[in-house]
Amino acid sequence: MLTYAIKRIGLALLIVIVVMLAMYAMVFLVPGDPASLALGPRATPELKQELMRRMGLDQPLYVQVWNFFRNAVTGDLGYDVWSRRPVTDMIREVFPNTLFLGAVAMSIALVAGIGLGCLAVVWQGRTIDRVLAILSVSMISIPSFVIAIYLLLVFAVWLGWFPAIGAGEAGDWGSQLRAVVLPAAAIAITWVGYLARLVRASMLEVMSANHLRTARAFGLTEAKIVLRYALRVAIVPVVAIVAVGFGSILSSAVFVETVFSRPGIGTLITSAVQKRNFPVVMGSVLFMTAFYLTVVTLADLLMAKLDPRVRDTLRG
Amino acid sequence: MSETLLKVDDLSIAYASEQGALQALRHASLEARAGEAIGIVGESGCGKSTLASAMINLLASNARVTSGGVIFGGRDILSVSGEEKRRLRGRHIAMIFQDPMTSFNPVLTIGEQLVDFQDQREGLSKGEKRAEAAAMLKRVGIPDPERCLSRFVHELSGGMRQRAAIAAALLMTPEVLVADEPTTALDVTMEAQIIHLLRELRRDYNGAIVIVTHHLGLVGELCDRVYVMYAGEVVEEGSTEEVYHNPRHPYTQALIACDPAHLHDHAPVLPTIPGRLPDLVTPPMGCSFAGRCARATGHCRSVAPAHVEVSPRHFARCHFAQRNEARS
Repeated sequence: MLTYAIKRIGLALLIVIVVMLAMYAMVFLVPGDPASLALGPRATPELKQELMRRMGLDQPLYVQVWNFFRNAVTGDLGYDVWSRRPVTDMIREVFPNTLFLGAVAMSIALVAGIGLGCLAVVWQGRTIDRVLAILSVSMISIPSFVIAIYLLLVFAVWLGWFPAIGAGEAGDWGSQLRAVVLPAAAIAITWVGYLARLVRASMLEVMSANHLRTARAFGLTEAKIVLRYALRVAIVPVVAIVAVGFGSILSSAVFVETVFSRPGIGTLITSAVQKRNFPVVMGSVLFMTAFYLTVVTLADLLMAKLDPRVRDTLRG
Repeated sequence: MSETLLKVDDLSIAYASEQGALQALRHASLEARAGEAIGIVGESGCGKSTLASAMINLLASNARVTSGGVIFGGRDILSVSGEEKRRLRGRHIAMIFQDPMTSFNPVLTIGEQLVDFQDQREGLSKGEKRAEAAAMLKRVGIPDPERCLSRFVHELSGGMRQRAAIAAALLMTPEVLVADEPTTALDVTMEAQIIHLLRELRRDYNGAIVIVTHHLGLVGELCDRVYVMYAGEVVEEGSTEEVYHNPRHPYTQALIACDPAHLHDHAPVLPTIPGRLPDLVTPPMGCSFAGRCARATGHCRSVAPAHVEVSPRHFARCHFAQRNEARS
């Protein structure tokens, strides 16, 4: 278990490095130099020079990469080119919004997804099951930003039930909750579909397994069989997908936050990209990568804890 | 003669299928007595697994009892309430499963499961149940029972798994022990060891053992009486000795002739029984084996043969049973 944990963490660190190198490559592959793009056609060469220096783009590439990683390790992600504020502060300010959005979206997805999945198992092969199958596939297929726009139109513009923009008043939980409903629903819908399908398949597979027959043959109560023998096995793939799902939820947040003009990591990255504010882009992407990998690694370790077979296949 | 513990009486079971009701078991009867081991043999699809499921009262949800029943403790266990059915299982009638790899839960340790399997036992603490389990594992020849209890099923070898499955079935000293293909998942050496173990256990076990298998050798080694099944019917029954040496039903004769263990060395071609099982949705009017029998006549095809007693307690369901002396 320990060697497995060390391996997983080592792999995660390697991925962070590769992602950041790829980010640097992209900065250099963007046509035109970042400074003149940021300043527009009226920029003087002196201004450009100054901006390049501020973004650290005047130094050789390897020095830039080295400095970035060296500073990142100490928690320094650089400064906003325009406002001169530390990037870490900016992230700290908006990240709770994104996390809250993601957590609410994940909760909606889990409750609705597992609920619909179980419903499909109970009514297996019946009309409800078929309707749910069509519904789930539709949910999976429609991108979250499309759903976001329609939710905005119907529930915020036409019906006026929920606010159209923002994250609610600071300190006022009621208004924050009202503001999170639509964006969270927009993100969650895809995952409701996924989880409903997955839970259905996973439960059906387990319910017909031989070991449940054994448990029945020893006269265990049906409640004990479902709760202890079936669910423990059926939940394993759900945990696996939820971890990956959290990453995907965070990436949908980038679009959905923009649609709802909601402060968060997504809006931070989008606006920084538009303004060619590279330190902010690099810092936020590094932060998100690290956060995502932490979640996935923790989920992998949890999986190994839940399913001894995973633990063993990955031990050697 | 010892007491009859479990009696299958004229039992017929049909499965609902898209083509119609599949008559998997037709008017099967058998008796399992205390201290006796009986064998049920036949090829795949002959209804032996359905019969085994009926005996442990664990029929599939699409199975329907169309006649007869399974009598245990003076009543038909197939018609008691769900809760009573549950109480009979494991405590009074236990089963050794076919494939121990998939028969144990993959995410619970063997110990956790062996403790859970004793749920029906009252007045024992968890620790005592675990100690019982360890003692039983020791008895079935697992050298380090404590270690085995803390393991998951995939961490055990095939032989260990089968031993653990046997230990599980014996945990509550059930009156009837049903073993469904107890050696099929094992290689030859393991199989020999398990047969040896079952034989040893038989000596101090007072209940009835029912062994369901396609393996004639296993029945020959372990069983006092044998029931040969074909297309959902018991076609021949008698003492193992008698049936193996003087089979009276053409199917039994063919089955014994096809058993590789009985072949002379270097037989150029393995003998087979030509033809295939009749359609069980619409079973044949006459003898169910007529389609594959070399001796079948028009009479065989139109009139179902009776279960004839050819010698004391030796029955065969064939019109020619009296004349079918062993050929070799």
